Amino acid sequence: MRRILSTALALALGGMVTGGAALAQSPPPTPTGEAIGAPTNWAMGLQEAFGPLKVAIHDFNDLVLYIIIGIVIFVAALLAWVIWRYDARRNPVPSRTSHHTMLEIAWTVVPVLILLVIAIPSFRLIYYEDRARDADLTINVQGRQWYWHYTYPDNGNFSFDSYPVAEADLKPGQIRNLSVDNPLVVPVGATIRVMTTGHDVIHSFFVPSLGVQKYTIPGRTMETWMRADREGVFYGQCNQICGQNHWFMPIAVRAVPRAEFDTWVAQARTRFAEGQGPGWPERDRTTEVASITDSSAEVRR
Amino acid sequence: MAHAAHDSHHGHDDHNHAPGFVARWFFSTNHKDIGSLYIIFAVLAAFVGIGLSMLMRLELQAPGMQFFADGQMWNVAVTAHGVLMVFYVVMPALIGGFGNWFVPIMIGAPDMAFPRLNNISFWLLVPALGLTVASLFVGGAGTGWTLYPPLADSQYQGGPGLDMALFGLHLAGASSILGAANFITTIFNMRAPGMTLHKMPLFVWAMLVTAFLLLLSVPVLGGAITMLITDRNFGTAFFKPEGGGDPVLFQHLFWFFGHPEVYIMILPAFGIVSHVLSTFSRKPIFGYLGMAYAMVAIGVVGFVVWAHHMFTSGISVDTRAYFMAATMIIAVPTGIKIFSWIATMWGGSLEFKTPMLFAIGFVFLFTVGGVTGVKLANAGVDVILHNTYYVIAHFHYVLSLGAVFGIYAGFYYWIGKMSGYQYSELLGKIHFWLTFVGVNLTFFPMHFLGAQGMPRRYPDYPDAFTGWNVVASMGAYISGISFLFFIYVVADLFLKKRAAAANPWGEGATTLEWQVASPPPFHTFDELPRIR
Repeated sequence: MRRILSTALALALGGMVTGGAALAQSPPPTPTGEAIGAPTNWAMGLQEAFGPLKVAIHDFNDLVLYIIIGIVIFVAALLAWVIWRYDARRNPVPSRTSHHTMLEIAWTVVPVLILLVIAIPSFRLIYYEDRARDADLTINVQGRQWYWHYTYPDNGNFSFDSYPVAEADLKPGQIRNLSVDNPLVVPVGATIRVMTTGHDVIHSFFVPSLGVQKYTIPGRTMETWMRADREGVFYGQCNQICGQNHWFMPIAVRAVPRAEFDTWVAQARTRFAEGQGPGWPERDRTTEVASITDSSAEVRR
Repeated sequence: MAHAAHDSHHGHDDHNHAPGFVARWFFSTNHKDIGSLYIIFAVLAAFVGIGLSMLMRLELQAPGMQFFADGQMWNVAVTAHGVLMVFYVVMPALIGGFGNWFVPIMIGAPDMAFPRLNNISFWLLVPALGLTVASLFVGGAGTGWTLYPPLADSQYQGGPGLDMALFGLHLAGASSILGAANFITTIFNMRAPGMTLHKMPLFVWAMLVTAFLLLLSVPVLGGAITMLITDRNFGTAFFKPEGGGDPVLFQHLFWFFGHPEVYIMILPAFGIVSHVLSTFSRKPIFGYLGMAYAMVAIGVVGFVVWAHHMFTSGISVDTRAYFMAATMIIAVPTGIKIFSWIATMWGGSLEFKTPMLFAIGFVFLFTVGGVTGVKLANAGVDVILHNTYYVIAHFHYVLSLGAVFGIYAGFYYWIGKMSGYQYSELLGKIHFWLTFVGVNLTFFPMHFLGAQGMPRRYPDYPDAFTGWNVVASMGAYISGISFLFFIYVVADLFLKKRAAAANPWGEGATTLEWQVASPPPFHTFDELPRIR
């Protein structure tokens, strides 16, 4: 019995360690050099970082992850030792020890020190994440049942809706439950101030690979920021229960070079004035959306 | 208890004769009978709660919509699973069940302070559960157990379903508040001569802290859902921005209750695990005072960390910094408990009976759930983990694997005492291993899904999440089978009728319940015991 118990502990630990080793897993870059920020099948760690916020989160996450894996291994090792060494057959006469002041002080003080090691970079991280300094562009994000509504106040204040692509309408390269008709288009490398507002119920604007998440709450305007350091598409999903189609209001952020962004803005303003959505940047209308090598997307083709 | 045929009449001198069936089980004022009722109630509610989780894992086993007609139906199932497990399974089992059974016996009291109040506490739960289950058939509540408005307002959740669930919560809350007042009074006033606070068994300490948490937090939930009910039905706008209200206010009120609530669910399990580890190590608890005051500290600090559930709700960065720091502090008393449990076993003479297996499993799994909690406490990382499956994994490790392992440990530890019949050790061990493998297989992969960004409360997901979801579903089926196996263990116990000794565990079992017969007489103590 005790051997089985130890084996089980060892197995569980194995899982924790692998979780740490596999941190950097994410989809490989596509042949076109465009990044895809999306989940990968069987991945254990965080989605790859494509912006400075997410890079900072990764650094901090690694620190905490290794500390907590260490703690779990330590506790598991103690338990395994106790189970083996103090089995009634091996140790028929129990000790009566029930106090050890130094030990009790130690296991109070050492965790405090560990928490300090975590807390210092953690405070730095939340103040870094809080809001943009010298933002290049402001975008308003509004969650609605069940699509996203984006506004570009710095570029003529045009706005448009972003709906998910139904499974039957998926084009090659699009990802089921993640691709949208009109992505949020941003310039690569620009610091973007994101203002979130609510419309009906609470939604959450969540793009894991850019390291950004904020609720969109009716009656409030909240601020956060993001920046994409690579060209590509970064997917996310609504992350606060919002009713019937909570699971089907994905987010796609498309980062393009500044020049391309300006062209897109010009077209978008016209299209929006005509009552149409601005669509994807022009390049994609002729060359198709960059192909995705993600195996899970292959399955659906 | 041979008087089932006659109806209720028993002389006051007649200490060992229970009233008739109806009087005994429907008008019960005996803490042991009410405790048994609570445990039976929890098992029945668990059938519904676990049944729903099986449906959910069936749906999530593959991408695409399989069994659920639409997202609303899914949301209803998710909500009902959460509400049932929290209010009608874990709390009744730990607090109403084991608490009622053993707090009076352990402190040498003849019964609870207010036996009739005790009965009301239980019977309020029955219509509460009825309302919650019935709400499933009239549209249900598709808000998640957190009930956030505006989604919980009538224009987004019309129909009587959510109102019924809210009234159910009100009844369950009233039940909890009355029960808490009863426990506090009993523990403070009815301890046997010599049973000072610092000699009280740790389970009683745990129940005392739990009762205070209930008494202080549940009224806040009551206020919040009352305002929600009037927003829904009587045109008020407490949480409606268009009427000057604030949806975030509800989140604050909910979590001011909701965070102590998670400690309400785990503290009694802490108490049980302490008893079991000490008994089967044949050693006294290591650092008894530290253990007791660690629970007090967890209870106190647990009241000032609520907004760590709201890091993405737009609270200011300085507020986030405070709640982050306060939350991490809870790791310190929790660490004291973990290490004291290990030190209790250290140098002991360990016997690996079923309750001990569950208790050791608890210590390990609670550690895993605890350290992921430390990670989530950091608002900087919580930005990408909030509301993902990482959170689901975290709180199922501390509740589904923590609190539930505590319940099972307590059940196997005390069932001989409660029923007079001992369980089969072989069957108990099979049950442990089935559960251990099942729940770990279910919940460990959820860490990976959450790290990859899979949001919670999704009936369908991008195909890239398929792999680990399949694993989790397989684990869930094993867990489901393990629950059925548990029912078989119980059936076996009552059919085989192996008589349990007054103290089947030997010299390690030192608390008062092992000094009385199994099962204890209807009136436990003819005269108050004296504690040396």
